[in-house]
Amino acid sequence: MNEKEILQALTQVFQDVFDDDDIVLTSETTADDIDGWDSQTHVLLIVAAEQRFGIKFRTAELESLKNVGHFAQLIQTKLGGR
Amino acid sequence: MQQLSWLPTHADLSGAIGQAKRIEDPLQRLHEAAKLAAHQRDFTLTARLDKLATAGIEQNATAARLTPLRVALLSSHTVDHLLPAIRVAGLQRRLALSLHVAPYGMYRQALLADDPALNAFAPQLVVLALDAHDAPLQLPLQAGQAEVDAAVAERVEELRLLWRRARERYAAQVVQQTLVPVVPPLFGSYEALVPASPRAVIERLNAAIRAAAREDGVLLLDLAWHAAAYGDGLGEPVRWHQAKQLVSPALAPLYGEQLARIAAATAGLSRKCLVLDLDNTLWGGVIGDDGIDGIQLGQGSPSGEAFLAFQHYAAQLARRGVILTVCSKNDLHIAEAAFAHPEMALKRSDIAAFVANWEDKAGNLRRIAGMLDIGLDSLVFVDDNPAERDIVRRELPEVAVPELPADVADYPARIAAAGYFEAVSFTSDDAERGRSYALNVERKAALNQATDMEGYLRGLQMVLRVSCIGAAELARATQLINKTNQFNLTTRRYTEAEVERMASDPQTIALALRLEDKFGDNGLISVVLARPDTAIEADELLIDSWLMSCRVLGREVEMAVLEVLADAAAAAGWGALVGEYRPTERNGMVAEHYPRLGFEQCPAPANAIADASFWRYELASRAPINHHIQVQA
Repeated sequence: MNEKEILQALTQVFQDVFDDDDIVLTSETTADDIDGWDSQTHVLLIVAAEQRFGIKFRTAELESLKNVGHFAQLIQTKLGGR
Repeated sequence: MQQLSWLPTHADLSGAIGQAKRIEDPLQRLHEAAKLAAHQRDFTLTARLDKLATAGIEQNATAARLTPLRVALLSSHTVDHLLPAIRVAGLQRRLALSLHVAPYGMYRQALLADDPALNAFAPQLVVLALDAHDAPLQLPLQAGQAEVDAAVAERVEELRLLWRRARERYAAQVVQQTLVPVVPPLFGSYEALVPASPRAVIERLNAAIRAAAREDGVLLLDLAWHAAAYGDGLGEPVRWHQAKQLVSPALAPLYGEQLARIAAATAGLSRKCLVLDLDNTLWGGVIGDDGIDGIQLGQGSPSGEAFLAFQHYAAQLARRGVILTVCSKNDLHIAEAAFAHPEMALKRSDIAAFVANWEDKAGNLRRIAGMLDIGLDSLVFVDDNPAERDIVRRELPEVAVPELPADVADYPARIAAAGYFEAVSFTSDDAERGRSYALNVERKAALNQATDMEGYLRGLQMVLRVSCIGAAELARATQLINKTNQFNLTTRRYTEAEVERMASDPQTIALALRLEDKFGDNGLISVVLARPDTAIEADELLIDSWLMSCRVLGREVEMAVLEVLADAAAAAGWGALVGEYRPTERNGMVAEHYPRLGFEQCPAPANAIADASFWRYELASRAPINHHIQVQA
């Protein structure tokens, strides 16, 4: 998956978790830009993304996921060439 | 392992939820949400369904025929991410759940100190969701068994104090979660041989919790068992470190199911009857084509043994009170003759209603419900044929139809996983239930043959045994109070603690009634609770609850019960009985109950609910009551 495809798929994950089809993600989007992105929903986003992409985030990586760009980058690294 | 494996998949659940969001009418939206909830769903879809349903659920609960129930979750870990799944699972079981979560880790304070928020919420169910991280027993690894047992006993005493508080303060039913062993073993298989090893201590604690719960009438959410079934447990260490989640968000639907089915069972919403197909469900092959010697059943072939194992499981369910029936496309005499097969674990006499013909199954399921006087929402339909399952789901959405695995060897585990028959008690009446329903179908047949009603009733040789509700009757009486929907004048639901409290009040008449006849014992079939009420006259006794199992309908039992109640009330010095009728969707059959018994309509007291009607029965001037039942106090 390339960066664009990952961002697209991640947008779908966010839309599902927030039950809001109007969410548009860019790599600059942060928790401040989305209503309800708190520590609770953050966990849900992580688990939903893990399910969607078939990956696992390590405990040490969780801190870096507060911005969509990092989120997508990390997913891309984990997916490797997939 | 797949969660919610018994639910069918939806082709596009996400899209369907999106569509349903646009429905304007909240009641219609709620109906749609309930329909969609009966499909396989992950935690995000489940949370979206929750949003779809919750807006307006409280105002529309009655119209949607949902039973409201207030559940307080007092936990030592984060549970907020589980709430949507609990509510959706409740919705699927016809519950409108209100959930209250005490601040994380504050479960003791919530019960021991006067928590105003919890008081205001007035829970009907209190769930103590604890975990093994919480208050670990401080024991050196080399501690002996006696030391471990002393520490375990102390911890359980502390829990019992909390249980008592919940019962005394709220008359709530308590549900205790068992402790999931979260730490890996230190010793491997030797672990259990070291009394103070972490796993051995948790096992001991869980065993003690279960024993105390049995004694105290507390229900279990046995998460330790469910975790064992899931291999790695229900959570992940990372989620604990990140958010103190014992259960992973991914498994929220499973947790929601486990809790909601207990809640539904306390509200009398568990299913009662297993409807079984025959060919390729109870045996391999087609009896009409292959003949009794040609079907696969019993020892000798793997397939025959698998069908036999499923029959054994069904027979065991019958022993615990699930009614077994048959619904098959077959000629009746051929289908019945198959039960003469020497390897058959189920006997023809285990089947309370046997319907085999060439008509459609939806109609036949209606017939079965009618024969047994139970609702369609009490049925679970098991059929290997996906087309039949699909039709029944569409025609009769009230009937539960589990998706079945391809292999009959996996049927028992699938039926068990679906949790249709969750129990809140097990009494000797349960063990006799299947037989009792079968006898009832015989009684009905006898009635069809009898030329006059009087002769039929006299011929039944009925004996009504009357007792005041005491320890022996408490469990079954509470069960009946909570699951009777049709012959129930007020449909007030009470926990065991509440019934106990009422029964021990000397001002209250709390009757438990059993009926025997020439066919056998029908068990405890009716309960009456009558108490004074400040809203009526001081010499009047309000019939708070009057309910009866539909098994004994049309046999003048209510007349004999009135005689018993009137005599008891008169003897205690009361001047009159006041009956109340609260109409519901289900209890239309008793709308004329009081006028039929000679009560006269009277004005509703000030605190009455809107639709209720009130009826008065003067005790001094009462006429003798005619019936064909011998009464024994």
